[in-house]
Amino acid sequence: MMSGKALFFRAKTRAEMSQSRRAGKRSAMQTAHDRFKLVRIFFVLGIAALLVFLTGLIITLGPLEISVADAYSALLARFLPDHFQSEALTSRVVWNIRFPRILGGMMAGFGLGICGCVMQAVLKNPLASPFTLGITAGAQFGISMAAVIGFSVLGGPYFIIGNAFLCALLCSFFIIGLAAIKGATSENLVLAGIAVNYFFSAISQLLKYFASDEQLRLMTNWGMGDLAAFSWANSQLLLAVFVICVPLLMSKCWDLNIMTAGDDTAKSIGVNAENTRLFIMATSSLLVAVIVCFMGIIAFVGLVAPHMARMVIGGDHRFLIPASGVLGALVLMSADAVGMNLMAPTIIPTGIMTSIVGVPFFMYLMMKGKRKEFWT
Amino acid sequence: MMIKLQAKEIVFGYDSNPVLDSVSFEIAPSKLVTIVGPNGSGKSTLIKCINKIVSPQGGSILIDRREVAKMTRMEVARYLSYVPQSSVRIFPTNVFDTILMGRRPHIGWLGSERDEEKVWDVLQLLNIERLAMNNFSELSGGQQQKVLIARALVQEAEVMLLDEPTSNLDIWHQLDVMNIIRDVVKKKEITAIMALHDLNLASYYSDRIIMMKRGKIVAVGDPHSVITEENIASVYRVQAAVRKLSDRPMIMPLRQIRGSKA
Repeated sequence: MMSGKALFFRAKTRAEMSQSRRAGKRSAMQTAHDRFKLVRIFFVLGIAALLVFLTGLIITLGPLEISVADAYSALLARFLPDHFQSEALTSRVVWNIRFPRILGGMMAGFGLGICGCVMQAVLKNPLASPFTLGITAGAQFGISMAAVIGFSVLGGPYFIIGNAFLCALLCSFFIIGLAAIKGATSENLVLAGIAVNYFFSAISQLLKYFASDEQLRLMTNWGMGDLAAFSWANSQLLLAVFVICVPLLMSKCWDLNIMTAGDDTAKSIGVNAENTRLFIMATSSLLVAVIVCFMGIIAFVGLVAPHMARMVIGGDHRFLIPASGVLGALVLMSADAVGMNLMAPTIIPTGIMTSIVGVPFFMYLMMKGKRKEFWT
Repeated sequence: MMIKLQAKEIVFGYDSNPVLDSVSFEIAPSKLVTIVGPNGSGKSTLIKCINKIVSPQGGSILIDRREVAKMTRMEVARYLSYVPQSSVRIFPTNVFDTILMGRRPHIGWLGSERDEEKVWDVLQLLNIERLAMNNFSELSGGQQQKVLIARALVQEAEVMLLDEPTSNLDIWHQLDVMNIIRDVVKKKEITAIMALHDLNLASYYSDRIIMMKRGKIVAVGDPHSVITEENIASVYRVQAAVRKLSDRPMIMPLRQIRGSKA
């Protein structure tokens, strides 16, 4: 009995502790924790800086010679014409051809990284991602329907895009609804995702079977993920959805931390686990839907980016969400840059490149196995 | 008697299978209360009903005369903290961040120095500061249990609910965890309500014991009045010898009572 009491009273009293803190003394553990906090902040800032640097670097790649400095001044001249000058040709190539594709990749990677991160948290499942839950398959089905049957819920310029968007949403609501009836456990959700994935893939395959050559080419391109589809003309909707969804997801960072500890614990700390899960899934589905609409299916980024971030900075979503987003952007941009230039002038589709570049890296992370609890 | 927490005719069941059948009790402040009973008697369910992890189908829980069912989850979390039996982690989280979760009912969007200071205070109180940066999943069972208790403590609730905090622990750690609970009850003047399997631990540490069988309360009171050979025979169907040791009844189970469907 004594051991426990001794243990209890060995701890410093509150007065002593606050006194030592006022004196600025911090224990070795507290110093280690302070350092870890700095590591997290600098990691996020560091990869963000890398993103800016990579943007400049990728702009230089292509038939027209543009230096890194010219690339940045061409971009900045748009915003600060008094301070930066750029040649008309360089400016046009950077602003109209190269930068939109990079920005598209950046946004798609950022969005997919964040979506993967929050979906993994609310489903407590390391295999959750927009692709594995079947949300991207839903969008692809919408596209196939518009292209082959000619059916679309929206007309005009949104003929294909509107369909993809609504089908993706429908798909994620179907998963959430099914799970709500059967109980929204992580197993049910992922099983529902797998089922939906196979179902829509089968229908897309069926539509391809009946498609004409032209339709087939369109569907195949979309299925492989293509950043060329992104342009300034159609960027507004994407930007608007980002501006709404990303802050909404970020605002839930504490609840996401707690959700990873299980529903019972989350409820006992004051988090409504079911509502949070529905909110996160709906919001991230919206984000995924617009990404698939504009860029097609890019499978692997949403799954791997959060894992890469977690390896370095741990599970605190205050840092994990932005880090997953930026890492997703970095992976997607690099993969696309390689795809653009490896066999130039032939462009390898983005979705294929992300998988070719990313899967070996993913396997490496898996085999390294230090954090073995990922895979149990 | 002052009443901190009151349960009135709690009814809970899955489908037509009643787990809790009209359970009522009252608990005074700053007490250590244990709920004992055989497997499936409804101990854990009762704990979960108290802080609305599951919603009872009938009856009500009152804390400081306020009905728990009418509070938001966040309000409930400021009154009641909860220590689960165990916590499975799919993603790595360090001990500090695990405990910081308990500040959620009080925390702003970014979290403050004050919240972190409170975590350090509790880490020192439980003498586990050296584990702060360790991965929660890599701790031993006893260490994990202490971290979960620490998380409940930073929540600064007046009532702490614990679901079998000593299961899967060796006897040294059983005493360690029970001593911590008894000491925080005294020092922070909180009420602890825990489901417990070990009758001797319950008898040694509790101010009050609630004994349950098949969703009903069979006996309530101090250890002397609840831990008796008669009660153990009828509730557990075990013939036991009960002797006084350090002025507490201690039991030695002797043999199963077969045949009678008590």
